[in-house]
Amino acid sequence: MMEPGLYHILFISAGLFFIGVYGFLTRRNLITMLMSIELILNSVNLNFIAFNKYLWPGKLDGLFFTIFIIAIAAAEAAVAIAIIINLYRTHRSIDVEDAEQLKY
Amino acid sequence: MPNVIYILLIPILPFAAFLLLGLFGRKYIKNGAGIIGTLCMLIAAALALYIAYGYFFDYGKLDGVYRKIIPLKYNWLEFSPGISIDMGIVLDPISVMMLVVVTFISLMVHIYSLGYIKGEERFPTYYAFLGLFTFSMLGLVISTNIFQMYFFWELVGVSSFLLIGYYYDKPSAVAACKKAFIVTRFADLGFLIGILVLSYYGGTLDFNELIQRLASPESNEFKTAIASSFLGLSAITWGTVLVFIGGAGKSAMFPLHIWLPDAMEGPTPVSALIHAATMVVAGVFLVARLFPVFAISAPEALNLVGYVGAVSALFAAVIACTQTDIKRVLAYSTMSQIGYMMFALGVSGYGGEEGLGYTASMFHLFTHAMFKALLFLGAGAVIHYVHSNDMKDMGGLRKFMPVTHITFLIACLAIAGVPPFAGFFSKEEILLAAYQHNTSIYWIALITSGLTAFYMFRLYFNIFWNKEHHAHGEHHGEGGFVMMMPLILLAIGAAGAGFIHFGEFVSSDGAPLASVFHLQFSIAPVALGFAGILVAWILYKKQNDKPDKIAASVKSLYIAAYHKFYIDELYLFITKKILFNLIGRPVAWIDRHIVDGLMNAIGDLTRGIAELIKGFQSGKVQQYALYFLCGAVGLLLLFIYIWH
Amino acid sequence: MTGSTFIFYMLAALTLVSGFLSVTSRQIFRAAIYLLFSLLGIAGLYFWMQYEFIAAVQIVVYVGGITVLIIFSIFLTQQAGELLAVQKAGRKLFAALASFCAFGITMLQVYQHSFINAADNNVMEASVTNIGTQMLSTTQGGYALPFELVSILLLAALIGCIVIAMRLKPVNQ
Repeated sequence: MMEPGLYHILFISAGLFFIGVYGFLTRRNLITMLMSIELILNSVNLNFIAFNKYLWPGKLDGLFFTIFIIAIAAAEAAVAIAIIINLYRTHRSIDVEDAEQLKY
Repeated sequence: MPNVIYILLIPILPFAAFLLLGLFGRKYIKNGAGIIGTLCMLIAAALALYIAYGYFFDYGKLDGVYRKIIPLKYNWLEFSPGISIDMGIVLDPISVMMLVVVTFISLMVHIYSLGYIKGEERFPTYYAFLGLFTFSMLGLVISTNIFQMYFFWELVGVSSFLLIGYYYDKPSAVAACKKAFIVTRFADLGFLIGILVLSYYGGTLDFNELIQRLASPESNEFKTAIASSFLGLSAITWGTVLVFIGGAGKSAMFPLHIWLPDAMEGPTPVSALIHAATMVVAGVFLVARLFPVFAISAPEALNLVGYVGAVSALFAAVIACTQTDIKRVLAYSTMSQIGYMMFALGVSGYGGEEGLGYTASMFHLFTHAMFKALLFLGAGAVIHYVHSNDMKDMGGLRKFMPVTHITFLIACLAIAGVPPFAGFFSKEEILLAAYQHNTSIYWIALITSGLTAFYMFRLYFNIFWNKEHHAHGEHHGEGGFVMMMPLILLAIGAAGAGFIHFGEFVSSDGAPLASVFHLQFSIAPVALGFAGILVAWILYKKQNDKPDKIAASVKSLYIAAYHKFYIDELYLFITKKILFNLIGRPVAWIDRHIVDGLMNAIGDLTRGIAELIKGFQSGKVQQYALYFLCGAVGLLLLFIYIWH
Repeated sequence: MTGSTFIFYMLAALTLVSGFLSVTSRQIFRAAIYLLFSLLGIAGLYFWMQYEFIAAVQIVVYVGGITVLIIFSIFLTQQAGELLAVQKAGRKLFAALASFCAFGITMLQVYQHSFINAADNNVMEASVTNIGTQMLSTTQGGYALPFELVSILLLAALIGCIVIAMRLKPVNQ
C-alpha cells in the first residue's frame, strides 16, 4: 500500500461522484435522487479540499468554496424537500416517472 | 342618339331577373317568378325594338352608310397602353339586329314556358337561368372588345350548361350538359388562342381598331402579321382559323357538332332559345363581327369557313332524314341551317355586291331564328301533348292540335324555302351568293335544300298525318293561351320576315345593298324543295311500308346515317382509347407514383425522423440526465482524443 | 503501513461502500442512514487532511442538518416497510455503463495529468482565525461580498421553502 496522496483522494471523489450519478439515473424516488445529488456535491467539496491541501497550501480559497457550496447545498436541499412534499400533497406520489406533466 | 341607359337596360333587365329569382325565387316568389322574368324580358324587348327603330331609321346612317356607334365604353382592365379589356356597347347593324332577335325569341320562350314548365319544383330557378342566358347573349352581341365577347361567350356556355342540365335528376341530361360544356369549352380554347394571336399582331383587343389595323393592307400591323407565317399560312390566317374553331364549337359545326343533338335533353323551350336562335348562331355572329379580317386578310380562313359550313349543312341534313326523335331531327336541321349561314359568309366578299353572302347569312340568321324557334316550340307543344319525343308515338295530331298544326306547317314551309315564306328569301340569297362565287358549294347547298324540304315534311307528316291518333285518356288541350300566343307571333314572323329588304339594313360594309331577285335562278331550288315535299308526302302521308323498303335498299347508308355516321363513337374512341390509355394513364401513373411518391417519401422521412426523436422529449428528468451524461462523455472523448 | 495510511483507507472504504449502498438499497430509510455514514466518512477525510473546521461544518450541516431533513421528509412521504420502486433493468445497465465509462475516462485523465505544485512552501494553517480573517477580508482575495450574497440566498431559500410548502387555501371557496 502506498502513501495516500492527491490521486487517492481524487479517486475517492470521482468514485463518489459517479456513484451519485448512477443513483440519480436509476432511482425513481425523488428523495433518493436528492440523496444522490448530495453525494455528488460532497465529492466536489472533497476535490476542492484536496486541491487546496496538496497544490495550494499557502492559501485557503478551496476551503472557502467548500463552505459556500455547503451553504448553497443546504438551501437547495431545503427547497427541494419543500417541493417534494408539495408534490406529494398534490399527486400522492413522489415517483419521478409520475411527475412528467411538463412534457405537454 | 339614344339615351345610353335604355341600351344598358336591355342586358341589365334579364340579369336583374336572374339575381332576383336566383337569390329569392325559391323561397319568396315561387309563383310570381315567371311573371317577373317575363315582364323584364318584355321591357327589354320593347327597348330593343325602340333602339332598333332609332338606329335603322333615325341616327344610324351617316352619309348613307350605317356606322358603328359606341355609346358606352369603360376601360376595365388595362394590360398596357393599347391592350386593355373594355366593357362597352357597340351599335351596328348586326348587333342591333341580334338585340332584336335575342330579346324577341327570349320573350317568346319566357311566355311559352309559363305554360310549359308550370308546376315544376324548380320553376323560379328555370327563369333565373333563362335570365342569365339572355343577359350573357345580349352582352355577347353588344361587345366592343374581343375579350368582352369572350367573357360573355363563356357565360353563355355556362348558362346553357345549366339550362341543358335543368332536369338534373335525369342521367342523360347530366351527360348531355357535361358533353355540351366540355365540347364547347374545348373549342373555346381555340378561340382564346386566336384572340391572343390576333391581339398580339394587332396590338389591341378592341374590335374596331383590330379590324382597322388587320384589315387594311397599308397598316404596319397588317404587314408584320402577313409577313410572319407558320406552315405556309400567315399569322392572321392562323388567328382567324383559331377564332373560327371557337365559333364552330358554339355553332355546332362539323366535326364539333356532337353536343347539339344530345343537348336536346334540356327542356324544349330552352332548345328553342339556345339551340335555334341564339347560342348556336354565336359562332356565325363571331365570324360576321370579324368579317373584314376574314375577308380581306385571311381568304384561306374564309374558304375554310365556307367548306366547313357546306359540309356541315349536307352532313346534318342526311342524318336528319333518318332520326326518329323529333327534337333530334330539329337539332340536325339547326346544324344544317347554321351550315348555310356559315358557308354564306364563306362565299362572301367584302363590300358592295360582293358582300351579298354576308347579307344573306345575316338574313338567314334572322329568319331562321323565327321559324326554328317556332318549330321547337311547336315540337314542345306536341311533346307536351303526347309525352314522348319519338315520332312513332305520334301521328294524326292535326285534329287535336289545330293551332300547333298550322303554325308548324308555316314553319316547315319557311324552312323548306317555299315562297313566299321567310326561308325562301334568305335561302335564295344564300344560294345566289354561293352560285356567284363557288360552284361546288352551290351544288352541295342545292342538294341540301332538297333534303331539308324532305326531312322537314317527313317530320310534319309523321306528327300530324300518318297513322290515326289513338286518343289518350287525359286530354288537356294544346297548352292554353300562353303556349299558343308565341306560336302565332312566331308564325307571323316566319311568314312575313322575308319581305323585309334586309340588304338595306345589314351589309358587309354598312352601305345599303339592293335586293336582287332573279326569278329564273329561283326555279331550281324551289322545284327541289317541292320535290322533297312531294317525296315526303308519298312516303309518310299515310302509314305504309315504303319508307322501310327504301331504307332497306340503301341499308348501309341508312344505318350509318341513323347512327350519325359514328362520329360520337369516333370521338369516344379517340378520347377513351387513345387519349385516355396512351396519354392519360401514363401521366396518371407518373403523377401517382413519382410526383406523389416523392412527396410521400419526404413526408414519410420527416415522420420517421420525428418518430425517432420523439422519444427524447419524454418529460422524464432521468432520461434527460442520461442523455446529458452521454453527451458530456462524448464531448469529453472528442476534446481529449480528437481535438486536443 | 503507518496508522495514518490505514485510517485513510478505512475512511475511503467507508465513504465509497456506504455511498454505493445508499444509492442501491431498496429500503429508503436504510439508504438515508448509508448516506449519513458516507457523509461521516467524508468528514473523516477532512479530519485526516487536518481541516478540522470544514470537518465540523460537514458534520453539523450535512449529518446534523440535511440528513435529518431527508429523514423527516421520508417520514412524511413514505409508508413504513415499503420497498422502493425498481428502475428498468435496461436503464440500470445503461446508466451503470455510462457512469463507469465516464469514471474510467476521468481517472485516466487524472492519472495522465501531472499536477503542478504551487511554488511557495509556507503552509497556512486552517485555523478558524485564519479562515475568518481571510474569508471576510475586504481586500484582494477576500470573500466578503459572496458571503453576504450567500446569506441573502439562505434567507430567500428559507422564505421560499415556507411559501412552497404552505398549504394553499382552495381558491374557489
